[in-house]
Amino acid sequence: MLVNQFLMLGAVLFCIGVYGVLARKNAVMVLMSIELILNSVNINLLAFDRLNGSIDGNVFALFIIAVAAAEVGVGLAMVLLIYRNRKSIALDELSEMKG
Amino acid sequence: MLLASDVVVAQNVGFGIIAAVMVIFALRVVSSSNVVHAALSLVMVMAGAAALYVLLAAEFVAVTQVLVYIGAVMVLFLFGVMLTRAKLGKEGDLNNKNWGVGIPVAILLLGVMVYALGDGWGRTKIDATGGSVVSTTAISDLIFSPYILPFWGLSFVLLAAVIGAIVLARKD
Repeated sequence: MLVNQFLMLGAVLFCIGVYGVLARKNAVMVLMSIELILNSVNINLLAFDRLNGSIDGNVFALFIIAVAAAEVGVGLAMVLLIYRNRKSIALDELSEMKG
Repeated sequence: MLLASDVVVAQNVGFGIIAAVMVIFALRVVSSSNVVHAALSLVMVMAGAAALYVLLAAEFVAVTQVLVYIGAVMVLFLFGVMLTRAKLGKEGDLNNKNWGVGIPVAILLLGVMVYALGDGWGRTKIDATGGSVVSTTAISDLIFSPYILPFWGLSFVLLAAVIGAIVLARKD
């Protein structure tokens, strides 16, 4: 197997995630796209790990999974709060802080 | 020179199938007009990632991926969808007004990354047959001695996230 197979797949998933973050209006969908990006990074870390025969990348991947779980928890709580206050989670309507 | 013994057919075929499934379902995540369908497509992407980790001999990360992502994070997402949208069917307004700008940005980014990766890694091979599965013992040795400080930090982040989520989401 080539290491580039994994790296290219990671790049494709990363770009799909970036597109999702840019194009989506619904806040929950944006959080899902961020999960795609984090997963593509994990694939890269483990591919390099296998390439170099080390195991540090596995530890990094586990840390990323844990941080992603925390991020989703706080992110969804914020989305829930926004929905409770505004009855909508459309991101383009959140413009009160615009000067 | 390409020798027949160098080509690991079963692993390459497996990788191709998994990669195709992941890309197709990732595209469905960002293009579906139904939030629940997008969440379920994300489950397939996560499962494909777990399969890739097994292919890369990282079994502990694969199991963690299944437990944390497919188990916990997806339940959170489905709860988020259900608590913020009463309507579970099709919705027309999931995209921004100028969502089309995202397509050239993503394609440009992909072009740069593919060029850089192809230039940098070329045809470097992963030794697919040699080497052993990364043992959980070795990972835990690494986490609990050289990486103990990041581990403490991470525990604190998780605690803060749990408390913060409760404080944000409670009613009064």
